[in-house]
Amino acid sequence: MGLRKIVDNMKPTFSEGGKFGFLASTFDAIETFLFVPNTTTKKGAHVRDAIDMKRTMFFVVLALIPAFLFGCYNTGSQVGLEGFTALMYGLVRVLPMLAVSYVVGLGIEIIYAQIRKEEVAEGYFVTGFLIPMIMPVSTPLWMVALGVAFAVIFGKEVFGGTGMNIFNPALVARAFVFFAFTPQMSGEKVWFSDWKMMGATDATTGATALEQLATKGEMQWSAMDAFLGFIPGSFGETSTLCILIGAAILLYTGIASWRTMLSVFVGGLAMGYLFQAVGLTEYPAYYHLLVGGFAFGAVFMATDPVTSAQTNTGKYIVGFMTGALAVLVRVVNPAYPEGMMLAILFMNALAPTVDYFVVEANINRRKNRIKTVK
Amino acid sequence: MSKIIKLRKGLDINLQGQAAESLVDVPMAKEYAVSPLDYEGVTPKLLVKVGDKVKAGTPLFFDKNNTRVLYCSPVSGTVSAVNRGEKRKILNVTVAADATQESEQFATLDIQKASREDVIEMLLKSGLWTMILQRPYGIVANPADQPKAVFVSAFDSAPLAPNMNFVLKGQKENLQKGMEVLSKLAAGNVHLSVRANAEGEMAALKGVNLHTFEGKHPVGNVGVQIHHIDPIAKGDIVWTVNIQDVAAIGRLFATGKVDLTKVIALTGSEVEKPQYYRIISGAPVSSIVAGQIKKQAEGDSVRIISGNVLTGKKVAADGFVSATANQITVIPEGDKYEMLGWIAPRFGKFSVSRSYFSWLCPKKQYKLDTNLNGGVRPFVVTGLFEEYLPMDIYPMYLFKAIIANDIDKMENLGIYEIVEEDVALCEFVDPSKTEIQQLVRDGINLMIKEC
Repeated sequence: MGLRKIVDNMKPTFSEGGKFGFLASTFDAIETFLFVPNTTTKKGAHVRDAIDMKRTMFFVVLALIPAFLFGCYNTGSQVGLEGFTALMYGLVRVLPMLAVSYVVGLGIEIIYAQIRKEEVAEGYFVTGFLIPMIMPVSTPLWMVALGVAFAVIFGKEVFGGTGMNIFNPALVARAFVFFAFTPQMSGEKVWFSDWKMMGATDATTGATALEQLATKGEMQWSAMDAFLGFIPGSFGETSTLCILIGAAILLYTGIASWRTMLSVFVGGLAMGYLFQAVGLTEYPAYYHLLVGGFAFGAVFMATDPVTSAQTNTGKYIVGFMTGALAVLVRVVNPAYPEGMMLAILFMNALAPTVDYFVVEANINRRKNRIKTVK
Repeated sequence: MSKIIKLRKGLDINLQGQAAESLVDVPMAKEYAVSPLDYEGVTPKLLVKVGDKVKAGTPLFFDKNNTRVLYCSPVSGTVSAVNRGEKRKILNVTVAADATQESEQFATLDIQKASREDVIEMLLKSGLWTMILQRPYGIVANPADQPKAVFVSAFDSAPLAPNMNFVLKGQKENLQKGMEVLSKLAAGNVHLSVRANAEGEMAALKGVNLHTFEGKHPVGNVGVQIHHIDPIAKGDIVWTVNIQDVAAIGRLFATGKVDLTKVIALTGSEVEKPQYYRIISGAPVSSIVAGQIKKQAEGDSVRIISGNVLTGKKVAADGFVSATANQITVIPEGDKYEMLGWIAPRFGKFSVSRSYFSWLCPKKQYKLDTNLNGGVRPFVVTGLFEEYLPMDIYPMYLFKAIIANDIDKMENLGIYEIVEEDVALCEFVDPSKTEIQQLVRDGINLMIKEC
């Protein structure tokens, strides 16, 4: 095959000792992107399952596509556009953010991989796609770049790279941007696109559904609008429907844990009903699942296998607490209407402790089992 | 009969090339080999030199770490070579076989009346002791130990595994005798596990605790069975014996002669006519596969595995069948690039993940090659290994404890209960392509060294 020959010819130049040996990791990343390597099994099982990290990550991105496309459309629709124009407007609006996310993030990943003389891990493939989707659409690009750099370096690489991190890197990026640039990132304008093109009108800016619920106890949109996603919010988080399509893909392929996903929703609902029952909130509990980043977080962020609980029992516990905590923050903390990000990050920190107790229980069970037999 | 133990977890990998139930007697080959590498942790010390005359049952070397255990010739003839690898490590000792076969003659023992020590002595002298493996660790048993019990699995559930009922047809008396020997060793505590709906003659063996298992691979692994019958705790020692070896032990005690005849299955997608072959242990691979491998296209090659695709050892075409193997598998090498394979639908590939379509046709038989199907990565996916290790163990935590050399954790998390074969499926399904079997062996070796 022609392409294979070109790659083979270039390989020595880009291998260690070659002229461009310092680009070995980059070259390897591109090569393995184009071709599944010809590596055969050396030790242990002679045949292996056809799945690898690339395919796993690819399916997560695939699951994100519906929410992404709807995010494009909604961005246009919030500034008065309709139909295909709205979609194109949103796509053009978000592409620079996506590009910044991948260029900065992958750049840092490749440098680290090269220093460690490792292959480039696929984790950022997903993280880089997630980051623009959880940011307000008018986030300045330099802030995105800073957030990405912070997330990749301090959220991931200092721990040892993909698979070793404690916090979900995409959420670290969002948390960094929100807390480092609070004045710019709060208020009403940031949720609407400020680009005047393709006939976009000035958006009638207003508070997001989440803020309205927090301050007034009701929102101007119907539950159906919120479910379909025609509300202002971070780029990819508004359409619960599209997120559920993504969830279906993740659950069908078995890539995300249904235990975590289900428990987050159950936890959020339970807490919502509790607040409704004691009279702290007037609106129905299921509103929590429709507005803000709850559904997006539950489906795509809380299920991150690296930062969530690793035991099945732990997944139920951590998932439930994530959902409950998110609603708790939303209702009880008046300064900060979105609780999902903080809830997931907090439970990322707690997950190893939950797992620790689950594993300890297993150890004790195994010890006791031995006693009863004797 | 006791109740059936059903295992929900596991995986049967359907491969092409299941052996048909016909048996070919392989004529005497020119050379036979005994390799210390077929056993874990053996440091061989030679007892013969090239040119020495030996009989079946004549010791070739012993193990420096377990000095009473002798490794003996399977045939009579002349020692033809001591093959060494790096640092003069002994790879195998080969014996050129005589035309007429002779065995060392051992006194036939009345097992019921003989002392346990006499039985052990006979097994040691004849070299058949090496068939008795110890758990924890999966090493050759120490004759000084008194095991809690002996476990035997009467079936093999690995991909393309031979049907043991067919393999051991006509061996019932030898099996019975072998079981009596094991019973003597373990003070009457012998556990035999059969497969539900495929019990065969095995279920009729007397003097054993019979257990019936049902489920997918690794249900046939003796380690998994032990876990569900009487799990191994710290300080426990149990012994395990391969069911074919039980018959060989029975033959030794019945005749006083070493007869290491066994039946192995030749399997795999690249075999012309997969079927069973009767050989003597240590036979050259070529005596079985010669002329049996399908013609390959230019640039394609095959891998011959002594054993099954999950736990077997790669063996050269001029190599020898390992002493522990019950089958030989021949599959295509996967040393090919595949353009954008990670994103393609790949209908011919098998995966437990539904990102492929193989779950739609559970009956389909696959032709899998040796490609790693991806690059090695840190552990990312969670909750997967648990589905393929039917034990009350958290495999990921155990593996991480091994990586961290944390002996206390390894002990608590279950290192005593597993050997490589038990985690082979975890290795198969792992999207991060970690060499888990090697990892577990490294962990076990650390335990042996430190404890």
